[in-house]
Amino acid sequence: MSIIENPWIIPALPLFSFLIVGLFIRPVSGKLAGIFGTLSIFCAMVAAYTLAWQYFSLDHHGGGARSALLPFSFEWLRFMKGMTVNFGVMVDSISVMMLTVVTTVSFLVHLYSTSYMHGEDGYGRYFTYLSLFTFSMLGLVVAPNIFQMYVFWELVGVSSFLLIGFYYQKPAAVSASKKAFIVTRFADLGFLIGILVLAYFGYQVQLGGVGVNAGQAVDFTFLSNPEVLTKLNEMGVLTLALILVYAGAAGKSAMFPLHIWLPDAMEGPTPVSALIHAATMVVAGVYLVARLFPAFSAAPNALEVVAVVGLFTSAFAAIIACTQDDIKRVLAFSTLSQLGYMMFSLGIATMEEPLGYTAAMFHLYTHAFFKALLFLGAGAVIHSVHTNDVWKMGGLKSKMPITHFTFLIAVLAIAGIWPLAGFFSKDEILSAALESHRYFHFYGGLVIAGLTAFYMARIYFLTFWGKARSDNASHAHEASAVILIPLVILSVLSCTTGWIPFAHFVAIGRELPHTGINMAVAIPGTLVAVIGLLASFFLYRTGDAKTVDGLVSGFGGLYRVIKKKFYFDEIYLFVTHKIIFRFVATPVAWFDRNVVDGGVNLSGWTTRKAGYFLTLMQTGQLQTYGVWFVLGAVVVSTLFWMTVN
Amino acid sequence: MLFHWVLLSLALFSVGIYGVLTRRNAVGLLISVELMLNAAAINLVVFNRYVAPAQVDGQVMAIFVMALAAAEVLVGMAILVMLFRKRKSADVTKMMGLRH
Repeated sequence: MSIIENPWIIPALPLFSFLIVGLFIRPVSGKLAGIFGTLSIFCAMVAAYTLAWQYFSLDHHGGGARSALLPFSFEWLRFMKGMTVNFGVMVDSISVMMLTVVTTVSFLVHLYSTSYMHGEDGYGRYFTYLSLFTFSMLGLVVAPNIFQMYVFWELVGVSSFLLIGFYYQKPAAVSASKKAFIVTRFADLGFLIGILVLAYFGYQVQLGGVGVNAGQAVDFTFLSNPEVLTKLNEMGVLTLALILVYAGAAGKSAMFPLHIWLPDAMEGPTPVSALIHAATMVVAGVYLVARLFPAFSAAPNALEVVAVVGLFTSAFAAIIACTQDDIKRVLAFSTLSQLGYMMFSLGIATMEEPLGYTAAMFHLYTHAFFKALLFLGAGAVIHSVHTNDVWKMGGLKSKMPITHFTFLIAVLAIAGIWPLAGFFSKDEILSAALESHRYFHFYGGLVIAGLTAFYMARIYFLTFWGKARSDNASHAHEASAVILIPLVILSVLSCTTGWIPFAHFVAIGRELPHTGINMAVAIPGTLVAVIGLLASFFLYRTGDAKTVDGLVSGFGGLYRVIKKKFYFDEIYLFVTHKIIFRFVATPVAWFDRNVVDGGVNLSGWTTRKAGYFLTLMQTGQLQTYGVWFVLGAVVVSTLFWMTVN
Repeated sequence: MLFHWVLLSLALFSVGIYGVLTRRNAVGLLISVELMLNAAAINLVVFNRYVAPAQVDGQVMAIFVMALAAAEVLVGMAILVMLFRKRKSADVTKMMGLRH
């Protein structure tokens, strides 16, 4: 049985694990649940790598995208003739890439969690949710149509909700999980409308005889067909529909102004943050835009929105990350910033200059590994010092040498230092910006790269250098081997994935000329990274707050505004509580209580009263009934007699 | 002659209805019902005689009515006896169980 003919097995394994662990193993033994979950994800990972090997071994002539395969598909919903929705598994370069990323990170996080979550209440429940998440994410990446993607899109949303709220006794976790769910659901409303618009007009296009052989109206193959896209553009709906779809993507990938849920999502267990809120689920938005890239490239205005929002989010999040003290929040903002990087890279790509597309996928790939490594490393530290506050850490370099070393690799990787992974993918994004003559994005990207190096080095120095600044930090010790193994594997991946000739595997549109490292980009890129690292080194290597006090007071009010994340949470609260609740929800609630409920009550009251008056006719006297009967009989016979004559 | 016979049965039937609607005693009620049945039986026989004299259907029906009436009285009286034993009264205006 070859995997490439049966790729459904990859998402089926975690589904199987979810059912078995959730229904049978969890009530019996948590430990067994962890082992079973980890093993099944390991099998899925092996299957995913086999699939990748088989797929990329297929003949591929010339440049551009590799052909997509649809080895498994069945009809799921039939709305009407010519309008059906299939479920299936699509195998193409980006879905194969995502399968390997998701299964790898998921497996390492499972392994890590078996030790990290040891002794927690709900250990079995945790692994059940992790399996559910992995299944949903795999189902999302292999979706051959936008409808299936939407179904799994919501499923990953639910698993994210469940895992953020894993510590459900903690009010902060509960509100964070609600916030994440509501914000992303709100964004998904746009996504759903976008899907409906695309499906409706796609169907019209098909009725017009265009793209009849390109699949169903919701299939990605149909939405990539140039004739169909031209037709949709003529109808004037493509840009609107894609912007709506992008709203969903922006919600999931936490683009400005829907970014507010991601920092709060850090209330979940740290391995969950590594898996869901760094490496896999949050890149679903980027993946969606990449999936629909042919459509986006036919609607330049929609693509421009992606590019601008991406760059803005990236800069915005990088600035905030410089001021945060919670190690996980810094990582969360860094994730936001990197997601923005990927988004704008997609936004500046076109079918003629497709380097940005490849670069975005490359960055997604490398980022998944070094960001998961950062989170897992931070998790190991938090596990040991029992705080998230970097100012209460310090001096862990000698106490946790392996964690320190892997964390350092991840920091250098994300900062973009040669020869680590981040250098190559960032270099590719920046050269894409330069080659598309998007100088604003190029210089913006450079500044963000510098900021990234600065804030990552900041938490690195504060955590590992200087003196221990709390009791827990001075008694810290190295984590267990099961925690360290994933860290080491991920640090190896962070070192090596940059050397993959990515354009050979993932490409679209025009064939790219094979170029090496672009020195015009690499030199300034490395320069800003080094400047960022050095600035951080001078400010934070001692971990003494006095060194930075001068700088902080120099910025004054601006610093406070940034530290408060530009008051975005407060603005949202103001808008929802003070405006929407008061001026929309309250009148609507009044209308519901009084008018709608009143109408219902009125009809009930009338019926009851009418019934009461009718009971008065029931005397129980046989002879009264007899009188009524005789009268009725007389009336009926009279009527009968009249009609006969 | 048909007219007179029909008048007789109408009179009997009306007396029966009057009795059913006004008598307080349950036995009186039953007797009134018998009157109504007999009025109907007279109609059957009379119409047989004047409309289709060659047939006997009406007479057969009249005999059926008699048999039915006998059975009905039997059941009715049995119920009445039981009721009387229970309530020491045969006054139908006191029987209001249908109300509930």
